[in-house]
Amino acid sequence: MPEATGTSVPAFEAIGLTRSYRLDGGVLVDALRGVSLRIGQGEFAAIVGPSGSGKSTLMHLLGCLDRPTSGTLRVNGVDVATLDDARLADLRNRTIGFVFQSFHLLARTSALDNVALPLVYRGVSRAGRRERAKAALEAVGLGHRLTHRPSQMSGGEQQRVAIARALVGDPRVLLADEPTGNLDTRNGEEVMGLLERLNEGGVAVVLVTHDADVAARARRQIHVRDGRIERDT
Amino acid sequence: MRTAEALRMAVEALRVNRLRSMLTMLGVIIGVLSVVILVAIGTGAKNAVEKEIAGLGSNIILVVPGQVGLGAAPTQSRLDLSDVAYVRRVVGDPSKVTVAVNSGEPVRVGRVEVFATLTGTDENMPHVFDRPLRRGRYLTETDVDTRRRVVILGSEVAAKLFGDVDPIGRQVTIAGVRFRVIGVYETVGSTFGVARDQEVHLPVTTAQRLIGLPRINGIAVGASGPDEIEPLRQRVVAALAARYPGETFSAVTQTQLLGTIGTVLGMLTGVLAAIAGISLLVGGVGVSNIMLVGVRERTKEIGLRKALGARGRDILGQFLIEAVLLTTIGGVIGILTGVGGALLIQAVSPVPASITWWSIVLAFGVSAAVGVFFGVAPARRAARLDPVVALRTD
Ligand SMILES: Nc1ncnc2c1ncn2[C@@H]1O[C@H](COP(=O)(O)OP(=O)(O)OP(=O)(O)O)[C@@H](O)[C@H]1O
Ligand SMILES: [Mg+2]
Repeated sequence: MPEATGTSVPAFEAIGLTRSYRLDGGVLVDALRGVSLRIGQGEFAAIVGPSGSGKSTLMHLLGCLDRPTSGTLRVNGVDVATLDDARLADLRNRTIGFVFQSFHLLARTSALDNVALPLVYRGVSRAGRRERAKAALEAVGLGHRLTHRPSQMSGGEQQRVAIARALVGDPRVLLADEPTGNLDTRNGEEVMGLLERLNEGGVAVVLVTHDADVAARARRQIHVRDGRIERDT
Repeated sequence: MRTAEALRMAVEALRVNRLRSMLTMLGVIIGVLSVVILVAIGTGAKNAVEKEIAGLGSNIILVVPGQVGLGAAPTQSRLDLSDVAYVRRVVGDPSKVTVAVNSGEPVRVGRVEVFATLTGTDENMPHVFDRPLRRGRYLTETDVDTRRRVVILGSEVAAKLFGDVDPIGRQVTIAGVRFRVIGVYETVGSTFGVARDQEVHLPVTTAQRLIGLPRINGIAVGASGPDEIEPLRQRVVAALAARYPGETFSAVTQTQLLGTIGTVLGMLTGVLAAIAGISLLVGGVGVSNIMLVGVRERTKEIGLRKALGARGRDILGQFLIEAVLLTTIGGVIGILTGVGGALLIQAVSPVPASITWWSIVLAFGVSAAVGVFFGVAPARRAARLDPVVALRTD
């Protein structure tokens, strides 16, 4: 299937996505019960909803970290069901950037090497990786923290390193699961500003949040409850 | 992902847990070390014995009564000098046949007494065996025919009895009988635990009278070339069997001795190496164990790498390389200490050790293979980790 790159093709197109987990006792938990949605190129959307409603589950499906139990998901027009695990890894590497609530940086690794990590799996040379990682860190205002390790940086700085890592590979979309959840207001503010700037640069941003103020800054709010989309504004 | 990158990550991972890596390696080190040392000792022993046998001379056939072999009961000799003459006729060239009568006796000069192996032989001994003289002369036909009381001393006997004095022409006493020294042999070392430098040679006829028995212990035949050995051996055995129907005679050649001893020592070396190999295996289990711990500890990291685009095989490669690195570094250290240990053993003890290049290559190869074999299970577990579950782990 040829990869469609035209702006007319949505970044994500989900049709009736479900995801159920089988617990150890054999009980089925339906985390998602049929979600259909389209997220266009360059959109800025917030996914909101109560705890346990399935936001993270949806995010993992969109990010191709997980496969739906049923339903169809197209990322940039490509049906992910047609891709094997290796191709899916490649899709994640090239088109999606992830930002996590708890940063997920490698502890004993410098900011520069943390940011360069996605490029390792793309076969970029060491010199090329460092150059691009440096540029990405400068873009998030951390040009002066290249050799710092995560433990030597504030939470806000760590999250900005994570954002630099998410965008070092020039992704089409950025998925952020509660990116400000572990940050104080000022640092959260800074991170949100960064995401907005990236979005203005043409990257679609989808973020999960509990924070109404944060959600309000997105142009679109997708309300999830009990594994279904309740409201989409 | 490139191998260089995986290697860098593996080195980093081992460096971070330095003590743990060292302890894990220790199992491999001990395994490789013992393999290298034991193979070196086994090979050294084999070489030493082969050198001894080859040192006897070339193309020798030893004829003894009865069956030769491990566990065979010693046979009372029924051979005498007439049989030697008979074998000489069979062989055709009388100078290529010699004889041995053995006995252990103390040899005395003044107050100094040395226990020596008396070997009665004849003038043909030097034509069959490789036994260079340091001084003096060999036995002659006349010595044998007239039962002269003359002796040729092994170098050690000579040194003990006479010290720095030239023994030629001097007297020694054996069982109350005086003998004149006519020669001293060069130092030749020992064969099969027979210290040949502690031998004293005398005419076979004189020896028989001294011992009081007309028997001989064996006949030695020298073949003219390697191709002659086997036909000659068969001819001699057949001739003796024809002369004494119903009795067995054995004629062993150096090649047979070399073969038998080589096989025995080779098996011994193999068994030792296998026992040492078991400890290498145990070391491998340790590697597997610690790798599993590492995978569990780094679950989050693995999940993250996968989220960022690592394929299963990238993760598999990363952990396999880590395991192989662990065992090959251990292997190299084991080889170095093993070689050092073997050299040390050789230097400070009489145990010979011989380091062969193949045992080193093999040890390295096996330690790498141990890494792959015992690394596969943990690496596959890592490669199969679900990124979602891995990222949720805290
Ligand atoms: N691996 C799993 N096995 C079983 N149940 C799971 C698993 N992962 C998630 N669930 C269940 O699926 C439902 C949705 O979980 P999810 O993490 O998507 O919620 P969420 O909206 O992100 O909640 P929060 O706001 O607390 O992060 C929950 O009921 C959760 O217990
Ligand atoms: Mg969540």
